[in-house]
Amino acid sequence: MKLKQHLPPARNLIIAIPWFWLALFFLLPFLFVLKISLSEPVLAQPPYLDLIREIEDGLVTIMVNFGNYQLLLEDSLYLSALLGSLKVATISTLCCLLIGYPMAYAIARSPSHWRLPLLMLIILPFWTSFLIRIYAWIGILKGNGLLNNFLLWTGLIDTPLEIMHTPFAVYIGVVYNYLPFVVLPLYATLIRLDLTLLEAAADLGCRPWKQFLLITLPLSLPGVLAGAMLVFIPVMGEFVIPDLLGGPDTLMLGKLMWTEFFNNKDWPLASSLAALLLVALIVPFVLLRHFERRAEEGAA
Amino acid sequence: MATLRQFKPEEPWQAPEGEPLVRIENITKRFGSFYAVDDISLHIHQGEFFSLLGPSGCGKTTLLRMLAGFETPTSGRIFIDGQDVTDVPPYERPVNMMFQSYALFPHMTVADNIAFGLKQEGMAKAERQERVAEMLALVQIEKLAQRKPHQLSGGQRQRVALARALAKHPKILLLDEPLGALDKKLREQTQFELVNIQERLGITFIVVTHDQEEAMTMSSRIALLHEGRTEQVDPPRRLYEFPSTRYVASFIGSVNLFDGYVVEQDDDQVIVQCDEADTRLLVRHSQPLVPGMAVTVALRPEKVRVLNQLDADAPNQLRGVIKEIAYLGDVSIYHVELPGGKRVQFTQSNVQALAEQPLTWDEEVLLGWSANSCGVLTE
Repeated sequence: MKLKQHLPPARNLIIAIPWFWLALFFLLPFLFVLKISLSEPVLAQPPYLDLIREIEDGLVTIMVNFGNYQLLLEDSLYLSALLGSLKVATISTLCCLLIGYPMAYAIARSPSHWRLPLLMLIILPFWTSFLIRIYAWIGILKGNGLLNNFLLWTGLIDTPLEIMHTPFAVYIGVVYNYLPFVVLPLYATLIRLDLTLLEAAADLGCRPWKQFLLITLPLSLPGVLAGAMLVFIPVMGEFVIPDLLGGPDTLMLGKLMWTEFFNNKDWPLASSLAALLLVALIVPFVLLRHFERRAEEGAA
Repeated sequence: MATLRQFKPEEPWQAPEGEPLVRIENITKRFGSFYAVDDISLHIHQGEFFSLLGPSGCGKTTLLRMLAGFETPTSGRIFIDGQDVTDVPPYERPVNMMFQSYALFPHMTVADNIAFGLKQEGMAKAERQERVAEMLALVQIEKLAQRKPHQLSGGQRQRVALARALAKHPKILLLDEPLGALDKKLREQTQFELVNIQERLGITFIVVTHDQEEAMTMSSRIALLHEGRTEQVDPPRRLYEFPSTRYVASFIGSVNLFDGYVVEQDDDQVIVQCDEADTRLLVRHSQPLVPGMAVTVALRPEKVRVLNQLDADAPNQLRGVIKEIAYLGDVSIYHVELPGGKRVQFTQSNVQALAEQPLTWDEEVLLGWSANSCGVLTE
């Protein structure tokens, strides 16, 4: 028994691997980004001044520059980009949930031999490159694209609809692309739901619609939350879809970051934007976890 | 086997003119080509503790689910209190069910679980709280009201499930293997409580169980089901003492079966020639039988006595050798081999801790029983 306590248990080792992975590929790069965000931009290669510089022989100074963050707060462009990203992410998440929940529900309730083929259909688009699928949407949505040609042919419209380069096109692209991330966790939650609970509710006088509201929906909330996070977080930083489908007025953090980094060669400002985005994402979720835990402790 | 009822229950099934609370008429349920329930008709009366007993796959759960409204019969009708409920959805039936898995809502507290049905009914909050408190007291879990189901033990969950199902004061409570998930000690104790609660509330209980002892202990009547059909519907004592078929006789308790044919019959007795025991058996039986008809004599092991000496005048005597003894504490079971090779079981209570002359292996014994203690089965 004594010996066993001194040896590192296999459990710790297994837990250490993902921690190590996160530290190496997430924390460390982020520290680099954080460092760059606190430096001064210069016209050089790389285009920023190192924080730790040797001024003279043996004399080292550390220069920390908060100017980038100050600029982010002062220039309303960045705040409106944050709000723009929040708006797109929120609306897309809601749309994904509204469309994805019935899909996941239908798959979970379909006969068991249908479930696998239906799930395959949800996953199938992933077999094609993400970029190709977004370009395909351009082909569908553009002025003389598939959709407009079809609608003109049916006579429903006289002039082509302007969908491309509008926020609406961005929503279509985002919802289309992120829908499987909502459907899969929701399906996993709904398939585990004990159907006897619905029978029990029916037995106690609950009609089907209320059975859904009082039993199925509350018990599937973990799946709703997981799906929402899987959409909301990446959409906050999404760059490709708004860039390809959106117009000049689609203002989002991801696009702005790209512009600062590649067009303006302002690495420090782009880095501070990245840091800001991370804080904007992490703080609400940490708070959420905190309240969840408090609620659990309160119940116990 | 003991019966828990303290007083002799009335026997409403004896009165043919009264409308039964539940009338099941020629109910059949087919899944594909499999008949889960095959043409069952039953009358269940107000205040009964009625058990559907049988091995797994006999159709008892399907029948219960049809009463609750979760399955639609392929043919036949179900009437509750005179009303045809065959096509009434479960949420409009005046019955409640206690599920085998309990099916407690995991996201609600015990009190909310019990209040669920009352809320659906639209009962006012004050009245609802009163009813919940009453139910919590009935099953003695007042202190657990604010717990979630996952914080309860198996026995406590069972009580919550019972309280939730009783909260709406249904006309009928359906119980699917109510004690199945409990360990033996708790099960015996809960049997008493279930019977007490049923007698106190006067609600008709219909219980599905595969445990014959449980059914015998609690029921006013038992329907023994076999392959989707009813074999026999009777009070526990009748079912045990006067089984109507070989299946019933061998399902409930232990039994010795002697195959033979009718030799002759007078008013209330029949003589059966039994070749495998190489003897003639005298059995009390009042239904008319034709000589030559193949029948089976059923004899319960505890009805057999060990005789000191052969009595030339008395019927039903067999000589054999004890081959096996199973000591169970309160009783011992003996397996006796007859000269022809057939084995007969008998039991003896262990009245004394140390009997003077205990029966032992390879001992020759003379067994006997009265004509009143055995029965004739024609099926």
